[in-house]
Amino acid sequence: MSQKVEKLIDKKGLRLDGRKPDELRPIKIEVGVLANADGSAYIQQGKNKILAAVYGPRELHPKHLALPDRTVLRCRYHMAPFSVQERKSPAPSRREIELSKVIREALEPSLFLEYYPRTAIDVFIEVLQADGGTRCASITAASLALADAGIPMRDLVVACAAGKVDDTIVLDLMDTEDKKGNADVPVALMPNLNAITLLQMDGNLSLEEFEKAVNLAIDGCKKIYAMQKEALRAKYVNIKEVEE
Amino acid sequence: MPTFFEKRQLVTPGDLLAEGDYIAGENTYKENDKIYASRIGLVDYEDRKVNVVALRAFYIPRVGDTVIGTVVEVGFNGWTVDINSPYLALLRASDVLSRPFRPQKNDLSKVLDVGDLVIAKIIAYDRAHNPQLTVGEPGLGKITRGQVVKITPTKIPRVIGRKGSMISMIKQETGCHIILGHNGVILITGKRLEDEQLAMMAIHKIDEESHTSGLTDRVTQMIKNEKAKRKGGS
Repeated sequence: MSQKVEKLIDKKGLRLDGRKPDELRPIKIEVGVLANADGSAYIQQGKNKILAAVYGPRELHPKHLALPDRTVLRCRYHMAPFSVQERKSPAPSRREIELSKVIREALEPSLFLEYYPRTAIDVFIEVLQADGGTRCASITAASLALADAGIPMRDLVVACAAGKVDDTIVLDLMDTEDKKGNADVPVALMPNLNAITLLQMDGNLSLEEFEKAVNLAIDGCKKIYAMQKEALRAKYVNIKEVEE
Repeated sequence: MPTFFEKRQLVTPGDLLAEGDYIAGENTYKENDKIYASRIGLVDYEDRKVNVVALRAFYIPRVGDTVIGTVVEVGFNGWTVDINSPYLALLRASDVLSRPFRPQKNDLSKVLDVGDLVIAKIIAYDRAHNPQLTVGEPGLGKITRGQVVKITPTKIPRVIGRKGSMISMIKQETGCHIILGHNGVILITGKRLEDEQLAMMAIHKIDEESHTSGLTDRVTQMIKNEKAKRKGGS
């Protein structure tokens, strides 16, 4: 994108939606929203609306895919046809298949897969409305759904992106910033263990800029982590309050 | 050697529970002398050991457990039983039929058919094989009547209560016979449907509020209120 049609950051240093460069979009998280799934979570991050559901561990079919020493984690990231401006074909696209794999690999290190051999855990992620940074919001929601299903894990996984827009490093890019900006760096993190489980970069950044973006994304992750934990606790704390 | 939470406090996966010379108990793990929670639940520190009583979990078979399951498949020499766990259990025909049987002659679906409920005991299980069941003990076998309730398996001890206080109270108040499966499935048999429904209500209440204190008293109160309401209504 060489010629810029519009300014992505105004004179005051604010972004298109009025956020400061290091500000997250408003986030709302809910846990246990689906009755039929073993675990589920719903996240709204800005205009993103994403549902995650977890089934398992359960018997794996077809059986020849089962592993004798650990659980098979299966992940499906899917965008609803109405999630974007132009209707998206409901068939899994190249991008969705890739994101399914990327999300699976971001979640895998957090789970004790060796505990339940010969079984499968299925994670379904449904993007109802997309506005940039869906892979990050999906990871955040999927990890919560896994915790809600009672699957033992090392830590919750949180994800957040940072990037470069109009030569400024910004946090949590939305769709227009992602498409018209210079770079996008999604990061997934297990905050208590301080371990990164996903790190991608799309675009061009200098080494210093990259470092700055990663650190900014990690700070964003930690802020979302607090909300994630709060959402998980809220399900049980509420009952306590009603009773007393 | 600090601990970072109070007893019976709510923790989420990844929370640092204790540091130093502690032993990782249930639903926790140890890394570099630090103990973390691996499930959402309530912490419990007993001496050196750190446990988390999970609020969300599934049933993992253990040899000796009594379970209640549903027959999902009739095979040539046995049945496959869903015991509300990641693994399906096997019940062998030779275990159910005490006499010798021939697969060509005996029709196993006449003994137990798909959808039948059984109370059974786990006699063998390891990582490499699915659990095996037996019904060859008194009190085990096909269920013919009653109501079945499913709850989170980790909450079975809460339904039993301290030294069986909760379960004996429910049995006494409702006059129902209650069998607890370790897999979180509970069978209630009473003389009247209303009694069974009352016991079911009490168990659902325990399932929802298992992490609160003073639960036995509240459940007793609920049953008494419910009884009074019914008397007034009829």
